[in-house]
Amino acid sequence: MNMRGFIQILTRDLKVALRRWSELCNPLIFFLIVASLFPLAISPEASDLKEVGTGVLWISALLSSLLALDGLFRDDAEDGSMEQLVLSPVPLTIIIAAKILAHWLITGLPLVVIAPVIALSYYMPVDALTTLILALILATPTLSVLGAIGAALTVGLRRGGPIVGLLVLPLTGPVLIFGTLATDLAVQGESAAGPLYLLGALLALAVVLGPLATSAAVRVSLE
Amino acid sequence: MEFLRMGGYGTYVWSAYGITLVILVVNIWWTYRFYRKSRETLGEISGNFSKHQPTVRKIS
Amino acid sequence: MNLRWFYKLASPPYFYRLAGTLGPWLGGLSIALIVAGAYGGLVLAPPDYLQGDGFRMIYVHVPSAYLGMMAYVVMATAAAIGFIWRIKLAHAVAVSAAPLGASFTFLGLVTGAIWGKPMWGTFWQWSDARLVFFLVLFFLYMGYLALREVTEDRDKADRLSAVLAVVGVINIPIIHYSVEWWTTLHQGPTITRLDGPSITMDMLAPLLVMIAGFSVFFVWLLFVRLQGEILVREQKSRWTQELMQRGRV
Repeated sequence: MNMRGFIQILTRDLKVALRRWSELCNPLIFFLIVASLFPLAISPEASDLKEVGTGVLWISALLSSLLALDGLFRDDAEDGSMEQLVLSPVPLTIIIAAKILAHWLITGLPLVVIAPVIALSYYMPVDALTTLILALILATPTLSVLGAIGAALTVGLRRGGPIVGLLVLPLTGPVLIFGTLATDLAVQGESAAGPLYLLGALLALAVVLGPLATSAAVRVSLE
Repeated sequence: MEFLRMGGYGTYVWSAYGITLVILVVNIWWTYRFYRKSRETLGEISGNFSKHQPTVRKIS
Repeated sequence: MNLRWFYKLASPPYFYRLAGTLGPWLGGLSIALIVAGAYGGLVLAPPDYLQGDGFRMIYVHVPSAYLGMMAYVVMATAAAIGFIWRIKLAHAVAVSAAPLGASFTFLGLVTGAIWGKPMWGTFWQWSDARLVFFLVLFFLYMGYLALREVTEDRDKADRLSAVLAVVGVINIPIIHYSVEWWTTLHQGPTITRLDGPSITMDMLAPLLVMIAGFSVFFVWLLFVRLQGEILVREQKSRWTQELMQRGRV
């Protein structure tokens, strides 16, 4: 019953999102734009870009996932379906988990696909790309979960929008640290197994605890 | 004098202790100011109510 | 188990009176402890064989950092209690602890930077995990206060910020264990080790006194701020009206 509810919410959110193509692209375009601005601001020299590439990539991904957060709960909150979901026999935690998964598939996964292209433009060695992709696949869902907590806390607030970043970004520290560590190790040709395992652990932790915190926040927001 | 020099680290040690003192004092000030303001606001509100004469009840 | 004392404690008028009585004593005690600790740290403690007199900054840095973290634990625990059992006073404790905790964290960061400059050669070190996560702690406080600021309804603010506080509490053990998990500029634990402190008593004593002094200081101001907070929250209640008419204490 729960599994069915999960799949239903997942497919519903995906369908709704896919209807609005342009909105889907926003985080992706943002990612590309931010990553493109850095060479203009820092330096287009290959040697400089190689040095900052890892950081730029991860920060851009982080900021893009932050940008995408607004769409997670806003529509449902506005048209009243959020209250319906809260009242549903399917546990809110499961519903939220499905929503976060849908959100990641739409906003996080495209980042993972585009990232290698950007990485190459920053002269990242091709051998490092697999690790980069793997690290992003582990990290971006965690970022989505953390973002969901922030979105849920602010969805009911009139002036809540601007502070989502303030709430979410401090929590993303460890993800950023291990993600960039993994990428840097791969660039140097060494094994990134350690940080990758840690990213996996963080993901597991986030997936288990995140929806719980998010549903608590959603309930309060709807009061 | 040696006390103030702190073996050469004087500037650092005294800056650290100084900022600590400042922060502690500022906190004391802020906190009592908040308390005072709360009492004032309450005073205004209960001033409005003093027209009524509520039955005095013991606060246990 | 007789929990009556707990329920009494959760009653705002009772707690208000308790805080009012204890407040000045806590204030006096904390100031005495801090003065004693500072004297001990600046005068009595012998100079360190490595850092000379510079190490004396430990007596303001460590207590500040410790309180910054302890205040967060108090805040998160109180918020959780308020959220789960719907005790208004617990939420009042959380919101009162926040500005104090933020101040101590700020102080910890600044005193740490001042101490770092002569000893490590730099005000800041991004590669030091403990520094970074302690900075994150400061951001968590700011986020908590910001969230309360933009939430218009107080009960909603209480409950939303409670979720945020609890989510962020994971940062505390991260800070504590960061020196074990990563090699950092910070040394490993010197006090909270299983086989006893690795620092001599004549250096340790003032530190413990300072930590105690800061802790009592925190409780003191927490109580005073709580009194103000209670008055604000219970403005419309009869007991506050009556206290007002009898001339405040």
